[in-house]
Amino acid sequence: MKPFDFVQPRSARDAVAQWGPDAAYLGGGTNLVDLMKTGALQPARVIDVTRLPGLDRIEVAADGAVRIGALVRNADLARDADFAVRAPMVAEALLAGASGQLRNAATLGGNLMQHTRCPYFMEPDAACNRRAPGTGCDAIGGAWDNAAILGHAPSCIATNPSDLCVPLAALDAVVEVEGPDGARDIALEELHRLPGDAPERETTLAPGELIVALRLPAEAAAFAGHARYLKVRERTSYAFALVSAAAAMRLEGGRIAEARLALGAVAAKPWRARTAEKMLAGQPPGPDLFARAAEAALAGAAPAEGNGWKIDLARRTAARALAAAAAGTPERMPALPASPFSLSEDLSHA
Amino acid sequence: MPDTLTRFGSNSGQPTTRRDGIAKVTGQATFAADNHPEGMLHAVYVPAGIARGRVAHLEVEAARAHPGVTHVITPGNRPDLPGDPDAKPTRFSFRIEVLQDDTVRYAGQPIALVLAETLEAATEGARLLAPRYEAEPPRTGLDDNAPFAVEEPGFGAPGDTVHGDPEAGHAAAATSIDATYDTPPQYHNAMESHAVVAQWDGDRLTLDTPSQALAMSCAAYAHLFGIEAADITLRSPYLGGGFGSKAIPNGPMVLAILAAREAGRPVKLSLTRRQMFGPVGHRGATRQRLRLGCDADGRLTVIDHETLAATSTFETFLESASNASQGLYASSAIRSAHQGVRLDVGTPGPMRAPGEASGSAALECAMDELAQAAGIDPLEFRLRNYAETEPGTGKPYSSKALRECYARGAEAFGWADRPARPGTMRSTDGKLVGWGMGTAFFPSPMFAAEARATLRADGSATLETGGADMGQGAWTALAQIAADGIGLPLDRVELRSGLSTLPDGGVAGGSGHTATAGGALHSAGGDVVRQLSELASGQPDSPLFGAGNATFEARGGRLQIAGDDGRGDAFADILARAGLSELTGSGSASRPDADSRDYAMNSHGAVFAEVAVDPDLGQIRVRRLVGAFAAGRIVNPRLAESQLMGGMIWGLSFALHEAAVHDPRSGRILNADLAEYRVPVNADVQGLEVITVEEDDPHVNALGIKGVGEIGITGTVGAIANAVWHATGTRVRRFPIGLADLLAAE
Repeated sequence: MKPFDFVQPRSARDAVAQWGPDAAYLGGGTNLVDLMKTGALQPARVIDVTRLPGLDRIEVAADGAVRIGALVRNADLARDADFAVRAPMVAEALLAGASGQLRNAATLGGNLMQHTRCPYFMEPDAACNRRAPGTGCDAIGGAWDNAAILGHAPSCIATNPSDLCVPLAALDAVVEVEGPDGARDIALEELHRLPGDAPERETTLAPGELIVALRLPAEAAAFAGHARYLKVRERTSYAFALVSAAAAMRLEGGRIAEARLALGAVAAKPWRARTAEKMLAGQPPGPDLFARAAEAALAGAAPAEGNGWKIDLARRTAARALAAAAAGTPERMPALPASPFSLSEDLSHA
Repeated sequence: MPDTLTRFGSNSGQPTTRRDGIAKVTGQATFAADNHPEGMLHAVYVPAGIARGRVAHLEVEAARAHPGVTHVITPGNRPDLPGDPDAKPTRFSFRIEVLQDDTVRYAGQPIALVLAETLEAATEGARLLAPRYEAEPPRTGLDDNAPFAVEEPGFGAPGDTVHGDPEAGHAAAATSIDATYDTPPQYHNAMESHAVVAQWDGDRLTLDTPSQALAMSCAAYAHLFGIEAADITLRSPYLGGGFGSKAIPNGPMVLAILAAREAGRPVKLSLTRRQMFGPVGHRGATRQRLRLGCDADGRLTVIDHETLAATSTFETFLESASNASQGLYASSAIRSAHQGVRLDVGTPGPMRAPGEASGSAALECAMDELAQAAGIDPLEFRLRNYAETEPGTGKPYSSKALRECYARGAEAFGWADRPARPGTMRSTDGKLVGWGMGTAFFPSPMFAAEARATLRADGSATLETGGADMGQGAWTALAQIAADGIGLPLDRVELRSGLSTLPDGGVAGGSGHTATAGGALHSAGGDVVRQLSELASGQPDSPLFGAGNATFEARGGRLQIAGDDGRGDAFADILARAGLSELTGSGSASRPDADSRDYAMNSHGAVFAEVAVDPDLGQIRVRRLVGAFAAGRIVNPRLAESQLMGGMIWGLSFALHEAAVHDPRSGRILNADLAEYRVPVNADVQGLEVITVEEDDPHVNALGIKGVGEIGITGTVGAIANAVWHATGTRVRRFPIGLADLLAAE
């Protein structure tokens, strides 16, 4: 691989100060290092942030909000019993991602920043506006059928592959960043960008800004009793989603007081379905309602590269996730988290 | 001369754990890429980024200037190779790409090689070459080029075979089906990627490289490098999987060896996972049309199997899929035909059950479709078409316990409760459930091997043959056979293998290694026993003195009169009396031509599958696989069952997961990694049961061993596809079957 500078700052301020052109922050390395090996990414400087102090904690504030340091490993967050009680669908999404080995290495901050799995982005010889602005998009007219169905553009049809971001978007999570101009908060839903005419700007972070923590607001715990993540894929484990959905609701007196719904692997960002959420509010739960809400969630969807089946699949997945959430969060994490093959079985024990 | 009894039993037949298991799990087993000789350079090659065209420019100076880079080898300065890489001196030779010119024939083809002091420097040197191309549109799909006639689709496989009158068979059919099945390109993905550490000492060459065929590989390297095979030492103690891809030398390995000669230093080349997709073989795509007919009683009147299969633009090997329809089901007419298509892809090669896997996939689906059309249970349909002798030739089978496989498998699975109509079974959690089955079938070839046995004065022995342990357990199974052959307990026998300077252990391929190398080892041990018999019967102090006309047998380090446990003599005592410090024997094994002429020899099995399909989402999960197999004598039940399970999991992989996807513009494989080139993970494999059915085969070889390495894939692919149909009512004829196929069908 291309030679690069490697620095290990000991404070967030120092890390930000080390930033420069073609720099990259390194967390668990499960995505960046792979892309460096293939040559898709060739940073001139790698800033290893894993030694920054204090960013590996999960803290619960007096009001019930949870603050998770950017260096908390996926496996540690997923297996934190207190966290799983407050945000079960986040834990389920984490456990549905990657493999045990990868979850042990991957960090929260790195997960939020992971790149698309579009094979044309990962192949340095391919034209890709996201990786190399202005070169074009080989995915259009290519052979990748897991492309976006929402929010894509002629410049780019990539998707964001994160499982974790889907329930986080649904639960109004907030990202804390530090940068050259100081600290600020960004709503997770606003972190990732749709491609538009600048797909190379994958996030709204300014150059040098570093994610230091994630906050889950206190209200998130109110959904804990009815919250599920559902991930559809050809392989039962160790595969990125074709479509996923995070669904959660508060039930009061047999009606849905408030609902949350977000879809994954359908767009360049986790796709919050606010119209569907509004349709659900105030209604008694039921299959017809969920079907209509799912329909609304996919309003405006358009196939890219012959993947119209994904639109249909996304509707069905959203409806199923809503039904599963309505049925209640299982007492125990299913043996196959987020899989359609453990959803119903485990619900019968719930 | 005394007669000696071939004994087989006290060591063989035991579920001995792997003798190399502890070495492997503790990291002590040395694989090829673990070697780091003094002064070694690292080689990294540049894979072509296009599939068709030529390399117009390489930034050679930039690569050369990179610190640590010592050599940049391109077609312009590639050192001479004494042997012609385009020649095919033997039927197992493939034309290989070793920088003959600037032509690009497939994506991933080596177009330059960089040597450097470190792997990092070599990698960066290769990147700095920044090739520019003159590209032409790649042809990577079966429709992208005109078909051509094929004479020999695989090694020695016939292209077209006709038995009986297919037209009459079609005309006589009361029920017919005409269905076309597509199978995709698939790539071997052994955990250990191809690697070589090459060291030259004058014209003597030492290679650490995984090999399924040590002697054959040495002969091929000797031809290419203009040296004697005897001057090559090839060390291949362990392979991290081979699956057919490590039997024949390939371009990258040859380039690395050539570079080592040029550099005058040892060179290591280890392929990355992405580089495994191209120059080291694969299973080419097929499109198979099956036209089957049966009479009113459900008896086949015709099997008409046509295959269109992909090969490269410069070689001929392809999937001889249609030949899977020869030799299995009784039919008054059977026709197998092949056509090839030349594509801009690496040359396909033997990949676990080459031809049989893809052929069986289509045949077993077609049989299911015809059974359904005729209104007959799929298992009953196969029983009605059970072949008592080989169809077409009329040869007797050397043994065939397929009927028992059907019975035992069906019983264990509960097949009798299967409803005929599809889409009628549901699990308690609302999934669509389906049951399907398929027949497993694989030939039992045998190659030629030699072995040596040395019995020492202390009664221990060393048995030697240049065999190959690909992870299947040869170190253990061959030792068990060797111990039986020489009549010693397993712990008194040292097996030496995996080294080319030993007697030729033959090829670990075609599921024939245990029979072949095992046969040679057993025979070498038998030679020692014969010599002991002669010695003992002539030693006045031996209890066996004068028993020259008796039949001897060797057991537990003693020579005895067969059937008389009381009269015997210890090996060590016989050697001591004779004043010998050791006794050496030699042996060999191969199949007499007459046996091949007189008998059809195959392993058989029956595989039953249960799948669950999510009715809304289309996601598929295999809940149960039950396979019953008859494969002659089972040397080690633990290892044999493990191999059969591995084959069945591969069948699952074929049915639902594996496919290489080519980019239509560049011809590159888009999913050349283990994240996106899907093979099953643990969570995809639920119930998995293997039953081995006893089979005594007096003809297949002296030891009665067939093979278990490949048969598990056959039958399983069709069983799963048929179960998906039974669950959903949707017949998917394109592999791998995915959820989009089932969503689209609704």
